[in-house]
Amino acid sequence: MKADVPPSGTPLVELKGISKRYGDLLANNGIDLSIEPGEIQALLGENGAGKSTLVKILYGVIEPSAGVIRWQGRPVTIGSPVEARALGLGMVFQHFSLFDELSVAENIAVALSSEWSLSKVREKLGEISRTYGLALDADRAVWTLSAGERQRIEIVRCLLQNPRLLILDEPTSVLTPQEAEHLFTTLDRLSAEGCSILYISHKLEEVRRLCRRATILRAGRVVATIDPRASSAREIAALMVGSAVGEIRTDAPHHPQGEMLRVSNLSMPPAGLHGQALRDISLVARAGEIVGIAGVAGNGQSELFAALSGERLPDRAESVVINGKPSGTLGIDPRRRLGAAFVPEERLGHAAAPSHSLSENTLISHAATEVSRSGFILMNAARRVARSIVQSFDVRTPEGDPQARKLSGGNLQKFVIGREIIRRPKLLIVDQPTWGVDAGAARLIRQALVDLAREGSAVVVVSQDLDELFEVADRMAVIHQGTLSPLKPIGEWTKEAVGLEMLGVAQAQGGVHAV
Amino acid sequence: MTTFEAILLTIVTASTPLLIAALGELVTERSGVLNLGVEGMMVMGAACSFAAAVTFDSTLLGVAAGMLAGALMAALFALLVLGFAANQTGSGLALTILGLGLSGLIGAPFVGARRDPIAPVDIPVLSDIPIVGRLFFEQDLFVYASIVLTVLVGLYLMRTRSGLTLRSIGENHTSANALGLPVWRVRFWAILFGGACAGLAGAYLALVYTRFWSPGMTAGRGWIALALVVFAAWRPGWVLVGAYIFGAATVLQLHAQAAQFGVPSQVLSAVPYLATIVALLLLSIRHGRAIGAPGSLGVPFVPDR
Repeated sequence: MKADVPPSGTPLVELKGISKRYGDLLANNGIDLSIEPGEIQALLGENGAGKSTLVKILYGVIEPSAGVIRWQGRPVTIGSPVEARALGLGMVFQHFSLFDELSVAENIAVALSSEWSLSKVREKLGEISRTYGLALDADRAVWTLSAGERQRIEIVRCLLQNPRLLILDEPTSVLTPQEAEHLFTTLDRLSAEGCSILYISHKLEEVRRLCRRATILRAGRVVATIDPRASSAREIAALMVGSAVGEIRTDAPHHPQGEMLRVSNLSMPPAGLHGQALRDISLVARAGEIVGIAGVAGNGQSELFAALSGERLPDRAESVVINGKPSGTLGIDPRRRLGAAFVPEERLGHAAAPSHSLSENTLISHAATEVSRSGFILMNAARRVARSIVQSFDVRTPEGDPQARKLSGGNLQKFVIGREIIRRPKLLIVDQPTWGVDAGAARLIRQALVDLAREGSAVVVVSQDLDELFEVADRMAVIHQGTLSPLKPIGEWTKEAVGLEMLGVAQAQGGVHAV
Repeated sequence: MTTFEAILLTIVTASTPLLIAALGELVTERSGVLNLGVEGMMVMGAACSFAAAVTFDSTLLGVAAGMLAGALMAALFALLVLGFAANQTGSGLALTILGLGLSGLIGAPFVGARRDPIAPVDIPVLSDIPIVGRLFFEQDLFVYASIVLTVLVGLYLMRTRSGLTLRSIGENHTSANALGLPVWRVRFWAILFGGACAGLAGAYLALVYTRFWSPGMTAGRGWIALALVVFAAWRPGWVLVGAYIFGAATVLQLHAQAAQFGVPSQVLSAVPYLATIVALLLLSIRHGRAIGAPGSLGVPFVPDR
């Protein structure tokens, strides 16, 4: 990975006045950014701050509306990813740019120029894997691999092209803490060899661990360039959000009471071709507490959610007991009538119908208990419910009663969570409550979950965001390959212990589970 | 020639157009585009090839005209689904309706005309082997070409760089675009290839199978070819197997009708189509989602630029 050293003092890449306009929205507004050779620089910002737009411009995926890019002092136009790669840019995408049905070697070969035959890729793959400790099996199909392994494919794919600049977009969002640490070691090593790295993230801890310089974006503009080690997390967060971020109030004392949910020895076969089976899952959620379920994506979270919500029914009624009633064989609406409410992970298409208005979308869950009578919809009631959700949960809508898809991710998420909370459920089960949501909305949602629990409901939060669970959960368990670890009070967990459970190492070692 | 031999030979003739059309559609679908217009492209191929062959008294020109007609129809489809990102299902159905109508117009002056049969390729000595001799070594050129085409398509998809690119684009066009693979260009050529194959299959029907033109003569073979691709789980080798199974069903039901089993002939003629539906049903029951289906199949591609 040797980089030719450009004339001293010349940045490897320099962006000047980069703007990108989508209709009325300025996604990037006159952005200046420079990266030195061998530097690891962070690009920080909220969702929607314009980070992804900027790196897509740099990687030639989208065209800027205005601005200049200089590569080693020379102005360049990067018209396509092929040209970007020819210059020496490599990119590891946030949502991987991989092909599930193809093998690892095929996935790598397809991105490289045609002189890379499959056999040459295999050979080089072995070499790179050994040098950087990035183990990969060339002939495995990608869909069989974990997120960490998938990311390795992307990284190896970049490294094979001897990049001078490696761009990583939210690389740790899908990794366990241990996998993330492994990634950091690799990045440090690449940097030492002279490869520059642009590291995009909204996780401050990582940025402080890796980078000496961070450029902070907000609403499409550069608001500051700082040394993340010299600033506190709170200061950086304030720069990203534009105002001080409040903490979640969890202070009210709580005394968990009756069992609202009891899951006992729940096992289910996988639903689809690439699904995960659930194995012997047991857990209890009591009124007044938040139970967190941590885990890396694809370890059975969506299967567990489906079994709890009644989208897939287990064989035994006793395996899911809601509010004292065996409900395993009940569908979704009967469970709602027992006082349960559900918020699935996918907000557009699962939690909400994209082309229906917000008031029509209240029917999805409220039809079980209200807003419909003898099969007819009470449209006025539905509108009233929608209005009160919009008001109570600060949902910013473009017009009166817009289609669900017109809302931004954060606002739609506030709406679907609000829609369930406003029913005052005795049990709320929510999958990834703040996935891809800006900090302001995330805070509001977490606060609403905490408030609901403090008012005497049981809340189950399935999340891949460990920080979130440590913030809101009273007790937590980790799901790994469809098996749930014991449920322990949050104070008894450390991040390391969670990481081991995520990898399934704890079970293998045994004895770690002293409850 | 025994009756048994004759039946085997007609099975080959009935299977070949299904095989050719399905191979073309397979390549199109592997690139992520669902073209439901196979029937329309095929019937246009039949009409144009027959018209050209009669007008110029040349089978070769007829075949060329058939392939060109199929490819032109496909180009129209490509314009809609690639150029305007139109709905692929709707565009494909429209293409079939257009093809059925337009081919009637083009073929009208040639109704009643006849072409002489094409001389088969006779491989000496080998073709004299009893029973299998004529079956394997005295077929027309198209039959051999269709087998070679199956092998070539298989090798292309699984063994070449360009085939890998095509499969990647079909699997996930967003990722492919992010990597800088030419999504539109590859899909355009894949659609055109599918059209040329459907046109060739139509030419075979008009010039070899029936040797006359009548409106709507493809009689649903385009739809069977489409089902074959699913039946074969998007693998060329299985398309070959499937084409011959469906070809056999088509021919055997004719003989069953002649033998008068006491089953109404309409039921027997429906057998190949029923088999198509059953194949599709079995496949979806067994796997939930059809295995091998390209991930981006049927989804319009609109990059964010």
